[in-house]
Amino acid sequence: MAMPMESPITFTNVGKIRWWQRGIFASQTGYVLLALAVLLVIMHFASPYFFTQGNMQNVAKNFSFIAIATLGVTFVIITGGIDLSVGSMMCFSAMITSMVMTELSAPGSPLVHMAADGKTVLANVPGLILLVSLLAGLGVALVAGLVNGFCIAVLGLSPFVTTLGMLSIVRGLGYVVSNGRGSFPGGPDADYFYALTSGDVLGVPVPFIYLVILALAMAVVLHHTSFGRHVFALGGNEKAAELTGIPVVRVKIEVYVICALAAGLQGIIISGWLGSAPANMATSYELNVIAAAVIGGANLAGGIGGPLGAIVGCVLLEVIRNGLVLAQVSSYWQQTLVGVIIILAVLVDRIRSRMT
Amino acid sequence: MTKADATPVLELSGIGKEFGAIRALHDVDMQVFPGEVVGLMGDNGAGKSTLVKIIAGNFRPTHGEIRFAGSAVHFNRPVDARAVGIEVVYQDLALSDNLTAAANVFLGRELKRRFGPLALLDHKAMAARALELFGELRSETRPDDLVKQMSGGQRQAVAIARTRLSNARLVMMDEPTAAISVRQVEQVLGLIHRLKEQGVAVMLISHRMPDVFAVCDRVVVMRRGEKRADKPIHQTSPEEVTALITGAKEAA
Repeated sequence: MAMPMESPITFTNVGKIRWWQRGIFASQTGYVLLALAVLLVIMHFASPYFFTQGNMQNVAKNFSFIAIATLGVTFVIITGGIDLSVGSMMCFSAMITSMVMTELSAPGSPLVHMAADGKTVLANVPGLILLVSLLAGLGVALVAGLVNGFCIAVLGLSPFVTTLGMLSIVRGLGYVVSNGRGSFPGGPDADYFYALTSGDVLGVPVPFIYLVILALAMAVVLHHTSFGRHVFALGGNEKAAELTGIPVVRVKIEVYVICALAAGLQGIIISGWLGSAPANMATSYELNVIAAAVIGGANLAGGIGGPLGAIVGCVLLEVIRNGLVLAQVSSYWQQTLVGVIIILAVLVDRIRSRMT
Repeated sequence: MTKADATPVLELSGIGKEFGAIRALHDVDMQVFPGEVVGLMGDNGAGKSTLVKIIAGNFRPTHGEIRFAGSAVHFNRPVDARAVGIEVVYQDLALSDNLTAAANVFLGRELKRRFGPLALLDHKAMAARALELFGELRSETRPDDLVKQMSGGQRQAVAIARTRLSNARLVMMDEPTAAISVRQVEQVLGLIHRLKEQGVAVMLISHRMPDVFAVCDRVVVMRRGEKRADKPIHQTSPEEVTALITGAKEAA
């Protein structure tokens, strides 16, 4: 491609920004990644068990359990919003999925039509029960996301208050539908369900595979589509976004829906690993998820963040947890250390942006 | 340019606007010709911004008619005004600091390339076109730099480049020189000259008398919702304009 300009502009007093001063090298994500690399090296020398295959699989699986939801909440954080309802959403989606699955499989349940062979009609098609239950689980997440988005974008309520309310509403509904008992995936498709949520392919845990696929998709959406551009613009200057004709309301609703769906999917995956969806599942996970996003470089003021940062934040949290266990430090130190790291990461970023 | 030999790009006749019992504008007639720079002056509350908002499509006038390039137009939303070729450069510039210059220029009308079902951003084409626009405006601005890192003059150039993108025929600039340094004011006035050279009509809303006299062909003075003066710049003086703005002189 020919350069379109034989340089009618000369840059006499506008210097070029050096490569190490831009992009990932100048971002919080960049040096948190560096810190993570250093930590991995330290762990390697601190414990011979750290880099074993079993432990690596464990780490990969564990951080995947919050990372998908972190991708979702990162979308919201980039627009300058926040979603506190992700923990409750995980639980509710998981619960609805396993309840629908059990209900559709149970002979004699009042809701299902029986085929001639005494099984339910759906059970005669392998995988159909699973599909319907997954759709039901994600469907409730979709509705909750739409309600969040509507209240925030159309009614103009603050994201913090709206999603704090949704946190309570969804958790409460979880207790209502299950009577506080929780539920278990059951029926003929339960094996498929476990294979899809907690199995592995060639030694790689499936949640990790989902995570990689979703993170790549998110990177493309954020940096190579106009929707992604609008998400960043909204976080940078909402008024400007509106004046330039960006459909602000629609973009906002969409990010809350994406976030709720990611949380729902995450919850369903966790329930596969747990083998059940207890009513108190994923309580206060929203804090881990938001902490991971912030450590990875998403800025709560909006305008900055990405999938790499979300994953790096989750990995860092998990490596610290795992490392403390291997180093036989009391696990009660974990939370304290996580808090210190959140503040440190943001502090270092502040110092860096003061210097340049 | 004489008024006889061209159709005005914008023609207002009898524009009035009431907000409840408050009469913000009354019977304003005005014409703006291609390649002309018109200064719109007046004290706070004189009706300047109401007039701008009516032309930009934010408000509908209670009375009167707007004609654009010869035909009557009715704007319900700012997008309608932009569609016919009216662009506004806002006082706070309406830029997203966290995006690059090129991204800001194309915000809301990104260039895309289709890959099967996907429409992905065409970064190369947008950067090339943005560089071209900055070249036209003779602004030393790199398309890939973040707006956050730019000077006031460069930001102004980015905001003005947005208006060039759509080949706007009328650009309204709201206080473009209010909060920037002397050197940058020079740059902005230079940008206005560039627009004028390309046949774009410019309406400059400003409090700064020297800037208006440096760059405008004509000055319109508003006071208490009415047009009090509409004169070629060489037939008036800063003293007369000040008197018209404050009301020391009723009309001219």
